[in-house]
Amino acid sequence: MGQWRQKTLTRKNWMAFTGLFLCFFLVIHLLGNLQLMLPDERAHLQFNAYSHLLSGNILIKIISWVLYASIIAHVVYAIAITLTNKRSRDVKYHYDRRGEVSKWYTRNMGVLGTIIFIFLVIHFRDFWYVYKFGSLPLDERGNKDLYRLVVAVYSETWYVLVYVLCMVALCYHLLHGFFSAARTLGVYHPRYVRWVRVIGWIYSVGICAAFAWIPIYVHFLK
Amino acid sequence: MHIRLKIWRQENSHDTGKMQDYAIADVNPDMSFLEMLDMLNEQLLAQGQRVVEFDHDCREGICGQCGMMINGRAHGPLKNTTTCQLHMRSFREGDTIYIEPFRATAFPVKCDLKVDRSAFDRVIQAGGYVAVNTGQAPEANSIPVGHPVAEAAFDAAACIGCGACVAVCKNSSAALFTSAKITHLALLPQGAVEAQERVRRMVDQMDAEGFGHCSNTEACEAECPQQISVLHIARMNWEYNKAQLLKK
Repeated sequence: MGQWRQKTLTRKNWMAFTGLFLCFFLVIHLLGNLQLMLPDERAHLQFNAYSHLLSGNILIKIISWVLYASIIAHVVYAIAITLTNKRSRDVKYHYDRRGEVSKWYTRNMGVLGTIIFIFLVIHFRDFWYVYKFGSLPLDERGNKDLYRLVVAVYSETWYVLVYVLCMVALCYHLLHGFFSAARTLGVYHPRYVRWVRVIGWIYSVGICAAFAWIPIYVHFLK
Repeated sequence: MHIRLKIWRQENSHDTGKMQDYAIADVNPDMSFLEMLDMLNEQLLAQGQRVVEFDHDCREGICGQCGMMINGRAHGPLKNTTTCQLHMRSFREGDTIYIEPFRATAFPVKCDLKVDRSAFDRVIQAGGYVAVNTGQAPEANSIPVGHPVAEAAFDAAACIGCGACVAVCKNSSAALFTSAKITHLALLPQGAVEAQERVRRMVDQMDAEGFGHCSNTEACEAECPQQISVLHIARMNWEYNKAQLLKK
Protein backbone atom coordinates (compact mmCIF):
# COMPACT_ATOMS: atom_id res chain seq x y z
CA MET A 1 0.00 0.00 0.00
CA GLY A 2 1.50 3.29 -1.08
CA GLN A 3 1.89 6.40 1.06
CA TRP A 4 -0.57 8.23 -1.19
CA ARG A 5 -3.41 5.94 -0.31
CA GLN A 6 -5.80 7.40 2.22
CA LYS A 7 -6.91 5.53 5.29
CA THR A 8 -10.42 4.12 5.34
CA LEU A 9 -11.38 6.47 8.16
CA THR A 10 -10.06 9.53 6.30
CA ARG A 11 -12.11 8.70 3.24
CA LYS A 12 -15.20 8.28 5.36
CA ASN A 13 -14.50 11.67 6.95
CA TRP A 14 -14.57 13.28 3.52
CA MET A 15 -17.84 11.49 2.76
CA ALA A 16 -19.22 12.90 6.01
CA PHE A 17 -18.01 16.47 5.45
CA THR A 18 -19.23 16.68 1.87
CA GLY A 19 -22.48 14.91 2.77
CA LEU A 20 -23.21 17.27 5.64
CA PHE A 21 -22.46 20.28 3.46
CA LEU A 22 -24.94 18.94 0.90
CA CYS A 23 -27.45 18.49 3.75
CA PHE A 24 -26.95 22.15 4.67
CA PHE A 25 -27.35 23.17 1.04
CA LEU A 26 -30.65 21.29 0.79
CA VAL A 27 -32.09 23.49 3.54
CA ILE A 28 -31.10 26.67 1.69
CA HIS A 29 -32.40 25.26 -1.60
CA LEU A 30 -35.70 24.34 0.03
CA LEU A 31 -36.13 27.84 1.51
CA GLY A 32 -35.75 29.23 -2.01
CA ASN A 33 -38.21 26.75 -3.48
CA LEU A 34 -40.84 27.53 -0.86
CA GLN A 35 -41.35 30.87 -2.62
CA LEU A 36 -43.05 28.89 -5.40
CA MET A 37 -45.91 28.27 -3.01
CA LEU A 38 -46.77 31.98 -2.72
CA PRO A 39 -49.81 33.35 -4.60
CA ASP A 40 -49.07 33.23 -8.33
CA GLU A 41 -48.40 36.93 -9.01
CA ARG A 42 -46.14 37.42 -6.00
CA ALA A 43 -44.35 34.07 -6.49
CA HIS A 44 -43.60 34.95 -10.11
CA LEU A 45 -41.68 38.16 -9.45
CA GLN A 46 -40.17 37.16 -6.12
CA PHE A 47 -38.84 33.80 -7.32
CA ASN A 48 -37.23 35.40 -10.39
CA ALA A 49 -35.73 38.21 -8.31
CA TYR A 50 -34.37 35.64 -5.84
CA SER A 51 -32.79 33.63 -8.67
CA HIS A 52 -31.23 36.78 -10.05
CA LEU A 53 -29.88 37.71 -6.62
CA LEU A 54 -28.24 34.30 -6.27
CA SER A 55 -26.62 34.34 -9.69
CA GLY A 56 -25.06 37.76 -9.17
CA ASN A 57 -23.66 37.44 -5.64
CA ILE A 58 -19.94 36.63 -5.31
CA LEU A 59 -20.47 34.92 -1.93
CA ILE A 60 -23.12 32.67 -3.47
CA LYS A 61 -20.74 31.99 -6.34
CA ILE A 62 -18.04 30.76 -3.97
CA ILE A 63 -20.57 28.58 -2.14
CA SER A 64 -21.79 27.19 -5.45
CA TRP A 65 -18.22 26.14 -6.34
CA VAL A 66 -17.91 24.44 -2.96
CA LEU A 67 -21.23 22.77 -3.75
CA TYR A 68 -20.06 21.43 -7.14
CA ALA A 69 -16.81 20.25 -5.54
CA SER A 70 -18.76 18.54 -2.74
CA ILE A 71 -21.00 16.68 -5.17
CA ILE A 72 -18.01 15.49 -7.22
CA ALA A 73 -15.94 14.56 -4.14
CA HIS A 74 -18.90 12.72 -2.59
CA VAL A 75 -19.33 10.66 -5.77
CA VAL A 76 -15.60 10.02 -6.29
CA TYR A 77 -15.08 8.94 -2.68
CA ALA A 78 -18.19 6.75 -2.85
CA ILE A 79 -16.74 4.96 -5.87
CA ALA A 80 -13.29 4.59 -4.26
CA ILE A 81 -14.84 3.24 -1.05
CA THR A 82 -17.08 0.82 -2.96
CA LEU A 83 -14.12 -0.52 -4.95
CA THR A 84 -12.13 -1.17 -1.75
CA ASN A 85 -15.15 -2.85 -0.21
CA LYS A 86 -15.58 -5.10 -3.24
CA ARG A 87 -11.94 -6.17 -2.95
CA SER A 88 -12.38 -7.00 0.73
CA ARG A 89 -14.43 -10.11 -0.09
CA ASP A 90 -13.22 -12.04 -3.13
CA VAL A 91 -15.48 -15.09 -2.73
CA LYS A 92 -19.21 -14.47 -2.25
CA TYR A 93 -21.51 -16.48 0.00
CA HIS A 94 -23.54 -19.17 -1.74
CA TYR A 95 -26.47 -18.63 0.55
CA ASP A 96 -26.75 -15.15 1.96
CA ARG A 97 -29.33 -14.02 4.54
CA ARG A 98 -27.21 -11.33 6.16
CA GLY A 99 -29.80 -8.76 5.13
CA GLU A 100 -31.97 -9.90 8.05
CA VAL A 101 -29.86 -8.01 10.58
CA SER A 102 -29.61 -4.58 8.96
CA LYS A 103 -31.95 -2.13 7.25
CA TRP A 104 -32.13 -2.32 3.46
CA TYR A 105 -31.37 1.34 2.86
CA THR A 106 -28.20 1.23 4.96
CA ARG A 107 -26.86 -1.44 2.61
CA ASN A 108 -27.94 0.31 -0.59
CA MET A 109 -26.59 3.83 -0.22
CA GLY A 110 -24.81 3.41 -3.55
CA VAL A 111 -28.01 2.52 -5.40
CA LEU A 112 -29.91 5.37 -3.73
CA GLY A 113 -27.01 7.71 -4.46
CA THR A 114 -27.04 6.70 -8.12
CA ILE A 115 -30.76 7.48 -8.36
CA ILE A 116 -30.09 10.87 -6.80
CA PHE A 117 -27.20 11.47 -9.19
CA ILE A 118 -29.37 10.69 -12.22
CA PHE A 119 -31.98 13.03 -10.80
CA LEU A 120 -29.31 15.73 -10.43
CA VAL A 121 -28.31 15.37 -14.08
CA ILE A 122 -31.95 15.84 -15.16
CA HIS A 123 -32.38 18.68 -12.66
CA PHE A 124 -29.26 20.51 -13.84
CA ARG A 125 -30.23 20.05 -17.49
CA ASP A 126 -33.77 21.36 -17.05
CA PHE A 127 -33.15 24.30 -14.73
CA TRP A 128 -29.50 25.09 -13.99
CA TYR A 129 -28.27 24.78 -17.57
CA VAL A 130 -31.25 26.62 -19.08
CA TYR A 131 -30.88 29.44 -16.54
CA LYS A 132 -27.13 29.79 -16.93
CA PHE A 133 -26.58 29.10 -20.62
CA GLY A 134 -30.00 28.92 -22.31
CA SER A 135 -32.20 31.80 -23.40
CA LEU A 136 -35.07 32.60 -21.08
CA PRO A 137 -37.66 35.38 -21.62
CA LEU A 138 -37.50 38.23 -19.11
CA ASP A 139 -40.25 39.08 -16.66
CA GLU A 140 -41.62 42.61 -16.20
CA ARG A 141 -38.77 43.56 -13.86
CA GLY A 142 -36.17 42.40 -16.34
CA ASN A 143 -35.17 39.22 -14.50
CA LYS A 144 -34.90 35.89 -16.32
CA ASP A 145 -38.27 34.16 -16.07
CA LEU A 146 -37.30 30.97 -14.28
CA TYR A 147 -40.69 30.82 -12.57
CA ARG A 148 -42.64 30.23 -15.80
CA LEU A 149 -40.13 27.54 -16.77
CA VAL A 150 -40.58 25.77 -13.43
CA VAL A 151 -44.37 25.91 -13.66
CA ALA A 152 -44.24 24.61 -17.25
CA VAL A 153 -41.97 21.70 -16.33
CA TYR A 154 -44.02 20.80 -13.25
CA SER A 155 -47.19 20.69 -15.34
CA GLU A 156 -45.93 17.43 -16.86
CA THR A 157 -47.29 14.51 -14.85
CA TRP A 158 -44.39 12.12 -15.56
CA TYR A 159 -41.90 14.75 -14.41
CA VAL A 160 -43.69 15.25 -11.09
CA LEU A 161 -43.87 11.49 -10.66
CA VAL A 162 -40.13 11.02 -11.25
CA TYR A 163 -39.42 13.99 -8.99
CA VAL A 164 -41.44 12.54 -6.11
CA LEU A 165 -39.88 9.08 -6.50
CA CYS A 166 -36.40 10.64 -6.44
CA MET A 167 -37.34 12.49 -3.26
CA VAL A 168 -38.25 9.14 -1.68
CA ALA A 169 -34.79 7.83 -2.65
CA LEU A 170 -33.23 11.01 -1.26
CA CYS A 171 -35.17 10.57 1.98
CA TYR A 172 -33.77 7.09 2.59
CA HIS A 173 -30.30 8.24 1.57
CA LEU A 174 -30.46 11.08 4.10
CA LEU A 175 -32.01 8.88 6.76
CA HIS A 176 -28.86 6.78 6.85
CA GLY A 177 -26.43 9.41 5.60
CA PHE A 178 -27.07 12.04 8.25
CA PHE A 179 -26.73 9.59 11.11
CA SER A 180 -23.80 7.79 9.50
CA ALA A 181 -21.92 11.07 9.02
CA ALA A 182 -22.26 11.86 12.72
CA ARG A 183 -20.96 8.40 13.60
CA THR A 184 -18.03 8.70 11.20
CA LEU A 185 -17.07 12.01 12.75
CA GLY A 186 -17.10 10.33 16.15
CA VAL A 187 -20.35 11.16 17.98
CA TYR A 188 -20.21 8.34 20.53
CA HIS A 189 -22.00 9.69 23.58
CA PRO A 190 -25.32 7.78 23.82
CA ARG A 191 -27.32 10.92 24.57
CA TYR A 192 -26.08 12.79 21.48
CA VAL A 193 -26.40 9.65 19.37
CA ARG A 194 -30.10 9.64 20.28
CA TRP A 195 -30.38 13.33 19.39
CA VAL A 196 -28.72 12.71 16.05
CA ARG A 197 -31.19 9.89 15.34
CA VAL A 198 -34.20 12.07 16.10
CA ILE A 199 -32.88 15.20 14.37
CA GLY A 200 -31.79 13.11 11.38
CA TRP A 201 -35.21 11.55 11.07
CA ILE A 202 -37.03 14.89 11.32
CA TYR A 203 -34.57 16.50 8.91
CA SER A 204 -34.74 13.72 6.28
CA VAL A 205 -38.49 13.30 6.26
CA GLY A 206 -39.14 17.03 6.59
CA ILE A 207 -36.81 18.10 3.78
CA CYS A 208 -37.93 15.40 1.36
CA ALA A 209 -41.65 15.79 2.08
CA ALA A 210 -41.39 19.55 1.53
CA PHE A 211 -39.35 19.15 -1.69
CA ALA A 212 -41.84 16.57 -3.01
CA TRP A 213 -44.86 18.65 -2.03
CA ILE A 214 -43.85 21.70 -4.11
CA PRO A 215 -44.10 20.12 -7.61
CA ILE A 216 -47.35 18.38 -6.60
CA TYR A 217 -48.77 21.72 -5.42
CA VAL A 218 -47.59 23.53 -8.56
CA HIS A 219 -48.89 20.73 -10.79
CA PHE A 220 -52.42 20.72 -9.42
CA LEU A 221 -52.94 24.29 -8.25
CA LYS A 222 -51.05 26.48 -10.74
CA MET B 1 -34.48 -35.22 13.20
CA HIS B 2 -33.43 -35.69 9.58
CA ILE B 3 -31.23 -32.86 8.36
CA ARG B 4 -29.83 -32.16 4.92
CA LEU B 5 -26.56 -30.26 4.79
CA LYS B 6 -24.80 -28.29 2.09
CA ILE B 7 -21.26 -27.75 3.29
CA TRP B 8 -18.33 -25.88 1.75
CA ARG B 9 -15.52 -28.38 1.11
CA GLN B 10 -12.04 -27.14 0.29
CA GLU B 11 -8.91 -29.29 0.62
CA ASN B 12 -6.50 -26.45 1.31
CA SER B 13 -5.97 -22.75 0.70
CA HIS B 14 -5.07 -23.32 -2.98
CA ASP B 15 -8.11 -25.48 -3.76
CA THR B 16 -11.10 -23.74 -5.36
CA GLY B 17 -13.63 -25.58 -3.19
CA LYS B 18 -17.31 -26.29 -3.72
CA MET B 19 -20.56 -26.89 -1.86
CA GLN B 20 -21.26 -30.56 -1.18
CA ASP B 21 -24.48 -32.30 -0.08
CA TYR B 22 -24.78 -34.51 3.00
CA ALA B 23 -27.67 -36.08 4.86
CA ILE B 24 -27.75 -36.95 8.53
CA ALA B 25 -30.40 -38.87 10.47
CA ASP B 26 -31.26 -39.22 14.17
CA VAL B 27 -30.17 -35.72 15.11
CA ASN B 28 -31.21 -34.92 18.66
CA PRO B 29 -32.83 -31.46 18.88
CA ASP B 30 -30.90 -30.80 22.09
CA MET B 31 -27.57 -31.29 20.38
CA SER B 32 -25.45 -28.23 19.81
CA PHE B 33 -24.71 -27.39 16.21
CA LEU B 34 -21.11 -28.53 16.63
CA GLU B 35 -22.24 -31.85 18.10
CA MET B 36 -24.33 -32.37 14.98
CA LEU B 37 -21.18 -31.75 12.90
CA ASP B 38 -19.27 -34.20 15.15
CA MET B 39 -21.96 -36.75 14.35
CA LEU B 40 -21.58 -36.08 10.64
CA ASN B 41 -17.82 -36.50 10.92
CA GLU B 42 -18.19 -39.85 12.70
CA GLN B 43 -20.44 -40.91 9.84
CA LEU B 44 -17.87 -39.73 7.26
CA LEU B 45 -15.06 -41.45 9.15
CA ALA B 46 -16.98 -44.74 9.13
CA GLN B 47 -17.40 -44.37 5.38
CA GLY B 48 -13.68 -43.70 4.97
CA GLN B 49 -14.19 -40.13 3.77
CA ARG B 50 -12.33 -36.99 4.76
CA VAL B 51 -13.99 -35.31 7.74
CA VAL B 52 -15.33 -31.74 7.64
CA GLU B 53 -12.78 -29.52 9.35
CA PHE B 54 -13.98 -26.66 11.53
CA ASP B 55 -12.57 -24.53 14.35
CA HIS B 56 -13.81 -25.01 17.88
CA ASP B 57 -12.41 -24.97 21.39
CA CYS B 58 -14.30 -24.24 24.61
CA ARG B 59 -17.81 -24.98 23.30
CA GLU B 60 -19.27 -22.73 25.96
CA GLY B 61 -19.44 -19.51 23.98
CA ILE B 62 -16.46 -17.68 25.41
CA CYS B 63 -13.40 -18.52 23.31
CA GLY B 64 -14.40 -17.18 19.90
CA GLN B 65 -12.92 -20.12 18.01
CA CYS B 66 -16.01 -21.59 16.40
CA GLY B 67 -17.50 -19.52 13.66
CA MET B 68 -19.20 -20.29 10.38
CA MET B 69 -21.96 -19.00 8.17
CA ILE B 70 -25.07 -21.06 8.84
CA ASN B 71 -27.97 -20.49 6.45
CA GLY B 72 -26.41 -17.24 5.33
CA ARG B 73 -26.01 -15.80 8.83
CA ALA B 74 -22.87 -15.52 10.96
CA HIS B 75 -23.14 -18.14 13.75
CA GLY B 76 -26.59 -19.14 12.50
CA PRO B 77 -30.13 -17.79 12.70
CA LEU B 78 -30.05 -16.51 16.30
CA LYS B 79 -28.78 -13.07 17.19
CA ASN B 80 -25.80 -12.62 19.51
CA THR B 81 -24.97 -16.34 19.67
CA THR B 82 -21.81 -18.32 18.96
CA THR B 83 -22.04 -21.42 16.78
CA CYS B 84 -21.42 -23.72 19.76
CA GLN B 85 -24.34 -22.16 21.65
CA LEU B 86 -26.69 -22.75 18.72
CA HIS B 87 -28.77 -25.89 19.14
CA MET B 88 -30.52 -28.11 16.64
CA ARG B 89 -33.89 -27.16 18.13
CA SER B 90 -33.49 -23.92 16.20
CA PHE B 91 -34.04 -25.98 13.03
CA ARG B 92 -36.94 -28.07 11.82
CA GLU B 93 -37.23 -31.67 10.70
CA GLY B 94 -36.10 -32.06 7.08
CA ASP B 95 -34.40 -28.66 6.91
CA THR B 96 -31.57 -28.02 4.49
CA ILE B 97 -28.76 -26.15 6.22
CA TYR B 98 -26.08 -24.27 4.28
CA ILE B 99 -22.72 -24.14 6.07
CA GLU B 100 -19.94 -21.94 4.71
CA PRO B 101 -16.75 -20.48 6.15
CA PHE B 102 -16.59 -16.80 7.16
CA ARG B 103 -15.77 -14.94 3.95
CA ALA B 104 -13.35 -12.05 3.73
CA THR B 105 -10.18 -11.46 1.74
CA ALA B 106 -8.44 -10.87 5.08
CA PHE B 107 -9.69 -14.28 6.33
CA PRO B 108 -8.35 -16.80 3.79
CA VAL B 109 -9.95 -20.25 3.98
CA LYS B 110 -7.44 -22.84 5.19
CA CYS B 111 -9.59 -25.94 4.88
CA ASP B 112 -13.35 -26.51 4.66
CA LEU B 113 -14.86 -24.23 7.34
CA LYS B 114 -11.57 -23.18 8.93
CA VAL B 115 -10.36 -19.68 8.17
CA ASP B 116 -7.13 -17.92 9.06
CA ARG B 117 -8.04 -15.07 11.39
CA SER B 118 -4.49 -14.04 12.22
CA ALA B 119 -5.23 -10.65 10.62
CA PHE B 120 -6.97 -9.92 13.94
CA ASP B 121 -3.83 -10.89 15.85
CA ARG B 122 -1.76 -8.49 13.77
CA VAL B 123 -4.25 -5.67 14.44
CA ILE B 124 -3.84 -6.34 18.19
CA GLN B 125 -0.06 -6.57 17.85
CA ALA B 126 -0.07 -3.14 16.20
CA GLY B 127 -1.22 -1.46 19.42
CA GLY B 128 -3.83 -3.37 21.37
CA TYR B 129 -1.79 -3.41 24.56
CA VAL B 130 -0.26 -1.11 27.16
CA ALA B 131 3.53 -0.94 27.23
CA VAL B 132 4.59 -1.52 30.84
CA ASN B 133 7.55 -3.15 32.49
CA THR B 134 6.43 -6.51 33.72
CA GLY B 135 7.17 -7.54 37.23
CA GLN B 136 5.01 -8.11 40.23
CA ALA B 137 1.32 -7.38 39.84
CA PRO B 138 0.87 -3.69 40.76
CA GLU B 139 -1.31 -2.62 43.67
CA ALA B 140 -4.84 -2.47 42.20
CA ASN B 141 -5.89 0.61 44.19
CA SER B 142 -2.92 2.77 43.23
CA ILE B 143 -4.69 3.93 40.05
CA PRO B 144 -8.30 4.76 40.86
CA VAL B 145 -10.87 3.78 38.21
CA GLY B 146 -14.54 4.57 38.74
CA HIS B 147 -16.91 1.64 38.66
CA PRO B 148 -18.95 2.80 35.62
CA VAL B 149 -15.73 3.36 33.65
CA ALA B 150 -14.40 -0.06 34.66
CA GLU B 151 -17.67 -1.65 33.55
CA ALA B 152 -17.68 0.22 30.23
CA ALA B 153 -14.07 -0.80 29.57
CA PHE B 154 -14.93 -4.37 30.41
CA ASP B 155 -17.90 -4.33 28.04
CA ALA B 156 -15.51 -3.38 25.25
CA ALA B 157 -12.90 -5.91 26.38
CA ALA B 158 -15.50 -8.68 26.20
CA CYS B 159 -14.88 -9.07 22.43
CA ILE B 160 -13.79 -12.66 21.80
CA GLY B 161 -12.42 -11.99 18.31
CA CYS B 162 -14.60 -14.57 16.60
CA GLY B 163 -14.81 -12.59 13.36
CA ALA B 164 -18.60 -12.67 12.98
CA CYS B 165 -18.59 -8.86 12.60
CA VAL B 166 -16.35 -9.16 9.54
CA ALA B 167 -18.32 -12.10 8.15
CA VAL B 168 -21.70 -10.37 8.40
CA CYS B 169 -20.48 -6.97 7.21
CA LYS B 170 -21.28 -6.24 3.59
CA ASN B 171 -17.87 -4.57 3.33
CA SER B 172 -15.94 -7.12 5.45
CA SER B 173 -15.03 -4.27 7.78
CA ALA B 174 -13.17 -5.03 10.99
CA ALA B 175 -14.31 -1.75 12.57
CA LEU B 176 -16.23 -3.37 15.45
CA PHE B 177 -13.33 -5.62 16.46
CA THR B 178 -10.67 -2.91 16.20
CA SER B 179 -12.81 -0.27 17.89
CA ALA B 180 -13.64 -2.55 20.82
CA LYS B 181 -9.97 -2.86 21.71
CA ILE B 182 -9.28 0.84 21.11
CA THR B 183 -12.21 1.86 23.32
CA HIS B 184 -11.32 -0.64 26.03
CA LEU B 185 -7.88 0.89 26.45
CA ALA B 186 -8.88 4.50 25.74
CA LEU B 187 -11.31 4.40 28.68
CA LEU B 188 -8.72 3.39 31.24
CA PRO B 189 -5.94 5.58 32.68
CA GLN B 190 -3.36 2.91 31.84
CA GLY B 191 -4.33 3.07 28.17
CA ALA B 192 -4.72 6.83 27.90
CA VAL B 193 -0.93 7.38 27.74
CA GLU B 194 -0.53 5.71 24.35
CA ALA B 195 -4.08 6.33 23.08
CA GLN B 196 -3.16 8.43 20.05
CA GLU B 197 -0.32 6.26 18.87
CA ARG B 198 -2.43 3.16 19.43
CA VAL B 199 -5.46 4.23 17.40
CA ARG B 200 -3.30 5.31 14.46
CA ARG B 201 -1.31 2.09 14.37
CA MET B 202 -4.29 -0.21 14.81
CA VAL B 203 -6.32 1.57 12.12
CA ASP B 204 -3.31 1.46 9.76
CA GLN B 205 -2.96 -2.27 10.36
CA MET B 206 -6.70 -2.84 9.91
CA ASP B 207 -6.45 -1.16 6.50
CA ALA B 208 -3.27 -3.01 5.57
CA GLU B 209 -4.99 -6.34 6.21
CA GLY B 210 -7.52 -5.55 3.51
CA PHE B 211 -10.69 -5.10 5.56
CA GLY B 212 -13.30 -2.79 4.02
CA HIS B 213 -14.84 0.48 5.18
CA CYS B 214 -17.47 0.65 7.89
CA SER B 215 -20.72 1.95 6.45
CA ASN B 216 -22.61 1.87 9.75
CA THR B 217 -25.24 -0.72 8.80
CA GLU B 218 -24.93 -2.05 12.39
CA ALA B 219 -25.26 -5.67 11.26
CA CYS B 220 -22.12 -6.47 13.29
CA GLU B 221 -23.71 -5.55 16.60
CA ALA B 222 -26.73 -7.76 15.86
CA GLU B 223 -24.55 -10.81 15.19
CA CYS B 224 -21.84 -10.22 17.80
CA PRO B 225 -21.98 -12.98 20.45
CA GLN B 226 -20.75 -10.47 23.03
CA GLN B 227 -23.13 -7.70 21.94
CA ILE B 228 -20.25 -5.30 21.46
CA SER B 229 -21.88 -1.91 20.84
CA VAL B 230 -21.44 -0.10 17.53
CA LEU B 231 -20.89 3.05 19.60
CA HIS B 232 -17.34 1.77 20.03
CA ILE B 233 -16.89 2.39 16.31
CA ALA B 234 -17.94 6.01 16.87
CA ARG B 235 -15.45 6.16 19.73
CA MET B 236 -12.70 4.80 17.47
CA ASN B 237 -13.52 7.43 14.85
CA TRP B 238 -13.41 10.11 17.54
CA GLU B 239 -10.07 8.88 18.89
CA TYR B 240 -8.66 8.58 15.37
CA ASN B 241 -9.77 12.05 14.28
CA LYS B 242 -8.41 13.52 17.52
CA ALA B 243 -5.10 11.71 17.03
CA GLN B 244 -4.81 12.91 13.42
CA LEU B 245 -5.58 16.51 14.40
CA LEU B 246 -3.08 16.55 17.26
CA LYS B 247 -0.35 14.66 15.41
CA LYS B 248 3.01 16.41 15.68
